[in-house]
Amino acid sequence: MAFMTKGDWYNSQAFWQNGPAPGAIYNFPGNTAQSESNGFQRSQAPITTGTSVLGLHYKDGVVIAADVLGSYGSLAKYRNCERLMKVNDNIILGAGGDFADFQYIKNIIEQKILEEECLDDGFSLKPKSLHCWLTRVMYNRRSKFDPFWNNFIIAGMDDDKPFMGTVDKLGTAYADPVITTGYGAYMATPLLRKAYEDNKEMTKEEALQHIHKSMQVLFYRDARSFPKYHVGIINKDGIEIKGPLTLESNWEVANM
Amino acid sequence: MSSIGTGYDLSASQFSPDGRVFQVEYAQKAVENSGTVIGLRGKDGIVIAVEKLVTSKLYEAGANKRIFNIDHHVGMAVSGLISDARQIAETARSEAASYRGQYGVGIPLKYLNERVSMYMHAYTLYSALRPYGCAVILSAYEAEGPAMYMIDPSGVSYGYYGCAVGKAKQSAKTEIEKLKLSDMTCKDLVKEAARIIYLVHDELKDKQFELEMSWVGAHTNGKHERVPSDVKTEAEAKARQAIDEDSDSDTEDM
Repeated sequence: MAFMTKGDWYNSQAFWQNGPAPGAIYNFPGNTAQSESNGFQRSQAPITTGTSVLGLHYKDGVVIAADVLGSYGSLAKYRNCERLMKVNDNIILGAGGDFADFQYIKNIIEQKILEEECLDDGFSLKPKSLHCWLTRVMYNRRSKFDPFWNNFIIAGMDDDKPFMGTVDKLGTAYADPVITTGYGAYMATPLLRKAYEDNKEMTKEEALQHIHKSMQVLFYRDARSFPKYHVGIINKDGIEIKGPLTLESNWEVANM
Repeated sequence: MSSIGTGYDLSASQFSPDGRVFQVEYAQKAVENSGTVIGLRGKDGIVIAVEKLVTSKLYEAGANKRIFNIDHHVGMAVSGLISDARQIAETARSEAASYRGQYGVGIPLKYLNERVSMYMHAYTLYSALRPYGCAVILSAYEAEGPAMYMIDPSGVSYGYYGCAVGKAKQSAKTEIEKLKLSDMTCKDLVKEAARIIYLVHDELKDKQFELEMSWVGAHTNGKHERVPSDVKTEAEAKARQAIDEDSDSDTEDM
């Protein structure tokens, strides 16, 4: 800047220097405003988030559910976020965690499916393969210290057998007949595990009822949940995503 | 073309004195040697049919398909050199995917046609390149209704109600002109398309062929798909029957 320079024939020397420049922040000696290093920060916190996803095997398929709330911190900001995605005719993907990351991955998966359709060879992606692929994607990103901040549940029919698997932001993955993520891992796992252990051959209706009950419990106890949810049903006849279904609740006991 | 080319046909970047680009015309010839492809645009969708010539009995059935999916809503049928056509399909796919990635909706066929046309046209401009030896038909069903374009090796394209390319394009066009396309539904079109392909097929010159058919329309929810095998078999049976009846009546006349 001109006023900081030594004077020359045309410009006189500045009266004083090394103080705060007009309109600029004064930097105390020894403290620079610039960051100390040239490193950079990766995303280390989710922004708009979805809460739990629940999934349960039944006799001839899988049911999976997630509510429709997109939380902005503790603010219930978006009340119509569908977190179940129909991948193809035999896979549903359910996502919790950062909604933007989910949308990004959703786009990639949609493009994958499109490319596969273009091949026109009569084959289609199976849930086990999508699960494995997502495992690689998630593990890759966490190894770059820049994870996709999600919990995924992949549900579908793999060679006429029900399949359900999960991946989290660290790339931790497993398959199980009962999977719950987020707050649901604490609140709903015992309920659904018990239901499953009691009757491994439950009907679709029974499974839906257990899921409904668990969603209700979660709505009562999880402050980031919402009384509307989608439920996905997969069996050998195909896929159905129903919703938003409404959860009834009674808060009278809360009156002092 | 008696004194063909006379030196002006060695590259696509040079005109002949009477204003022709021979390389492009040769590419069009390559298309004319290929099996017939027709596209019919009815009131609720589009049907494309391909006469895929099978040059050996030793080939597997269904190999070397000539109808491609470009995007959920776009189909492409090709006539000419199959390997050239595959590259066009690949280009069209990446254009469609890039549009979808940027705007979040499927590419309108008008724009896809423009992009693919420009791509094919670019190959008619340079001495180091050879024009594509294929013509393609693009089809889609959009909010404004069905849309169909055909692009030839020169990169020229038009929108069509009914179009034909390949060996028997003349007789196919004559047949198409007899139809009242704007009143017809995809169900009717499938039968007509199969009939036309069977009719224009020259059994003496090309023994075997496979019929390939696809459609996109209101009934497929705007999705481009192959015509289901039961519908296709029925249309093929009807087509054969029609051809037989026709030849019977011919002999009676004599």
